[in-house]
Amino acid sequence: MATTTAGSAASTATQWASETPAARAWRRLRRRKSAMLGLVIIVLLVAIALLAPLISPYDPAKQSWTLVRKPPNWAHWLGTDESGRDLLSRTIWGARASLMAGVVSISIALSLGVPIGLLAGYRGGFVDALISRITDAMLACPNLILAIALAAFLGPSLTNAMIAIGITATPIFVRLTRGQVLSVKVEDYVEAARAVGNPAWRIAFRHILPNILPSLLVQATLSIASAIIAEASLSFLGLGQQPPAPSWGSMLNTAQRFLTQAPWMAIFPGIAIFLSVLSFNLFGDGLRDALDPKER
Amino acid sequence: MLTFIAKRLLQLIPTLFFVSVIIFSLQQLLPGDPALVMAGEERDPDVLAQIRKQYRLDEPVPVQYLYWVKGVLSGNLGESMRLKEPVLTLVLQKFPVTLQLALMAIVVSLVVGVGAGIISAVRKNTAIDYGVNVVALWGISTPNFWLGIMLIFLFSVHLGWLPASGYVSPFEDFWLSIKTTILPAFVLGNSFAAVLMRHTRSAMLQAMSSDYVRTARAKGLTERVVVLKHAMRNALTPVITLGALELGTLLSGAVLTEQVFSIPGFGKLIVDSVFNRDYAVVQGVTLVTATTYILLNLLADIAYVLVNPRLRS
Amino acid sequence: MQRRAIKALAIAALAAMAQTAAAQSTLRVGLAEDPDVLDPTLARTYVGRIVFASICDKLFDIDEKVNIVPQLATGHEISPDGKMVTIKLRTGVRFHDGEAMDSEAVKYSLERHMTMQGSFRKPELAAIEKIEVADPATVRLLLKAPFSPLISQLADRAGMIVSPKAAKEAGDKFGLKPVCAGPYKFVERVQQDRIVVEKFADYWDKGNVHIDRVVYRPVIDSTVRLANLKSGSLDLIERALATDLKEIKADPKLKLATQTEIGYQGLTVNLGNGAKGKDGPFGKGGAKAMQALAAAIDREAINQVAFNGEFFPGNQWISPRNPYYQEKFPLPKRDLALARKLLAESGLKAPVEVDFMVPNNPESRQVAEVIQAMAGEAGFDMKIRVTEFATSLKQSEEGAYHAFFIGWSGRVDPDGNAYIFHKCGAPQNNRGYCNKEVDALLDEARTKSAVPERKAIYEKAAEKILAEGGIIYLYHRLVIIAHTQKVEGYKQLPDGLVRVVGVKLKP
Repeated sequence: MATTTAGSAASTATQWASETPAARAWRRLRRRKSAMLGLVIIVLLVAIALLAPLISPYDPAKQSWTLVRKPPNWAHWLGTDESGRDLLSRTIWGARASLMAGVVSISIALSLGVPIGLLAGYRGGFVDALISRITDAMLACPNLILAIALAAFLGPSLTNAMIAIGITATPIFVRLTRGQVLSVKVEDYVEAARAVGNPAWRIAFRHILPNILPSLLVQATLSIASAIIAEASLSFLGLGQQPPAPSWGSMLNTAQRFLTQAPWMAIFPGIAIFLSVLSFNLFGDGLRDALDPKER
Repeated sequence: MLTFIAKRLLQLIPTLFFVSVIIFSLQQLLPGDPALVMAGEERDPDVLAQIRKQYRLDEPVPVQYLYWVKGVLSGNLGESMRLKEPVLTLVLQKFPVTLQLALMAIVVSLVVGVGAGIISAVRKNTAIDYGVNVVALWGISTPNFWLGIMLIFLFSVHLGWLPASGYVSPFEDFWLSIKTTILPAFVLGNSFAAVLMRHTRSAMLQAMSSDYVRTARAKGLTERVVVLKHAMRNALTPVITLGALELGTLLSGAVLTEQVFSIPGFGKLIVDSVFNRDYAVVQGVTLVTATTYILLNLLADIAYVLVNPRLRS
Repeated sequence: MQRRAIKALAIAALAAMAQTAAAQSTLRVGLAEDPDVLDPTLARTYVGRIVFASICDKLFDIDEKVNIVPQLATGHEISPDGKMVTIKLRTGVRFHDGEAMDSEAVKYSLERHMTMQGSFRKPELAAIEKIEVADPATVRLLLKAPFSPLISQLADRAGMIVSPKAAKEAGDKFGLKPVCAGPYKFVERVQQDRIVVEKFADYWDKGNVHIDRVVYRPVIDSTVRLANLKSGSLDLIERALATDLKEIKADPKLKLATQTEIGYQGLTVNLGNGAKGKDGPFGKGGAKAMQALAAAIDREAINQVAFNGEFFPGNQWISPRNPYYQEKFPLPKRDLALARKLLAESGLKAPVEVDFMVPNNPESRQVAEVIQAMAGEAGFDMKIRVTEFATSLKQSEEGAYHAFFIGWSGRVDPDGNAYIFHKCGAPQNNRGYCNKEVDALLDEARTKSAVPERKAIYEKAAEKILAEGGIIYLYHRLVIIAHTQKVEGYKQLPDGLVRVVGVKLKP
């Protein structure tokens, strides 16, 4: 069967190790402590986001007009905001918006970008030229401006912000997939699959896609990091999560007004964004090293 | 080589065409009526109708598009509805500002990014590597606007060392100009440093395991000389070309940074114009930015091929 | 003896000149927004008016009590039938280009406002039929019908007189280099960065102009604006935040100048504009639903939470400090029981879902969140939809909202805060309010000039409008100007503009 051909081709290339590529990647990944640190933070953040209803001390939308802009204290560990809401609770709930935005928008970008990239790379010719030029054009326009326009067009909401970010992140995946396909296309196992008479889509999805998966995975992880920033930026501009639901970006937007009187309002959501983005970046960089066949 | 360049130049035409289409569809995408925005509190139906007519907003989109393309091809980027100033004048006024910011940011990112990349490659998988890694990733992991706000708070509000906002041209007052742009350049450069760090690290790792470095080591040269003279020199070329490829991110990053620091450059102009629905300005500035980006890409590509003769075929 | 005196005078004059040359005084003003085009005919932003205050004088101006006072005019007279307004002009006044400011120039400017393509002044001067030049210092405005707010219009941009020569030459590019008869000449503008003006040597009131240059810098972020003032890179900032007042007062280097604004902030509910109006909660529930929402809101609490109690709760289109304020309708207190009762009577079933459109700025958002919490207790489920300015304008025009948190910068005459909002089909009436009785009253008020007479008419209109009109007036902001101790003699007027005449700058 064609799959076995591909499998054996891959195993001959890596005969020096008897372990599977995934296991090898994991072994290498574990060696990079910074990547593991990233992974730990990611797991923690996901846990916080999932458990938000259980662990947040207060209702994140509950206003308390006698407790406006109080500095961190025992009752409110991170202080309160401009309407007397508990900042710790809002930061915890904000993790949901940010992580969702990161993961969902990149899923959108992957599900749009990969098929288009496969098509362009595998088909070649006019289709490839057309897709490549459109991709170039999209990459040339300032990302944030495209996202702002799309988000404004779709109407302000977290869902729409995720769609907008997803669409603007798509060209990167198109370009990456296409490039990878071009380099994999000429490999023996693809030639072999073609010789056996497999249809093009089948070759693309069954034989090419698995081989370019590592680089897509790396790019996706790093893109999640930038998508979290993009969500925060859109929310900062008022085009993301709608009040009273918390989002780190919109919390920062509000905090800007009280910078001198209530700096804690700006510091904690900022740190939260920093940690989550950093963790995805660390993990992505580690993953890249671990999956890089050139490295031993 | 010449055919390669010719081919790439030819590709520019369809790319620019699609850029223009994207730019123009932004106008259709953005909800709201520019005439209404322009009128603000003073909305009178007759006046609104007149404005729509004056700026051809009442014509079908393809017709508007053709008018715009015709203008652009004859060097006329249109006129700002809000300010009544030709877009070209605005572009020429703002371009040097963003250019200065970008150049300063590049200096920052070269120092931080390339430095971190080299150290991290030489000390691979040690505590130093991880430490440097985190430092370099710090810039890309903090939202520009937040870092900006925090720096303003620290250096301008709290310590009072630097002006909180605004911009002074270096030709007017050099030191004041540096003072007004150092924070935004730092913010912008920081986010770019991580990109350079990544390229440098992998290029250095590759260079360190290459034959000529091994030969140099075998000759008994000190590690310092091996790294700085042999490995770095070879690693830097791809770093610079790859770095140039990602210069576009720098221009994108300038959008929010300029907003936070009130720097009157491209980024601020474009954001303000988007929110004011000053279409001609949005279109003109995006076109110039996109074209700059595409040309930089082209140059980087050519340079990349030039230093890697193997790619020429 | 006389000779010596002249000599002494000459020396003194020379010394004074040398001194001014040595110490060019520059006032640096921080603006909250970037002004639009600087052509009085085409301009429409509030912030632009701040810059105009130094470059373009108007026929009339206002004083601290919002009375109309002459500026380029020396006085006016209205004919008994109210259809002719005669304006006497100040003589010997020159424009920045040296041209004479006379009745021909006034006629030209007003006609430019009335006819130029894209003019925003057209509706403001719509009452004028014809302008006649009686003599070089007198113009007569012939009106289609009596229109008492006219003089107050001439105390704003519609009353700004431009140099006919410069305006004819520049056409619609006049705003790039405006030439007027104000105390300061336009020097240069770098978009989004600065506008520079310098003292006009031939200004008619030059004795009161003490500062050589004024530089306006837009600094959008309020914290940064204040930081710049504190660090000394600005001398005066407009629109400081109410929540920053305490900090400003605590700083010995800073001073405050405040006034109650002439505008208002409020909640507009859609009574019948488009499908969302007719089938929405306030279309179906009618006046009762609006009254229920109003009763649920605690205006004083909004003021305390969002503005440290520095603003003025209000319930009418003019503030309680305005002579036209109707004491008969005092500020209502929050009454949750009444709100629930009214809501039940309106026929709507709680929770009533309300699409609540809110402008995209942190201040509005905070107030909206407080309103959301208050209204929630009365049975309104206010779904906040933060909408950027451009989109919100369009959607309010189309009626794509149930409730809209929006204010009005205010006009000197009460007509400017009422007519275009409450008259059937008027440009700012985007909520579909229409009551012919109210229309007749609003029209009648335009024909009367005496305050008590007009106030009585407005009282009848207010009775209806406040009960059913679809705007829940909430509060009036405080115009807050902060400046350094170096700035001396600064006085704030209720319109929020920054007037530099009479202000001194200590070295």
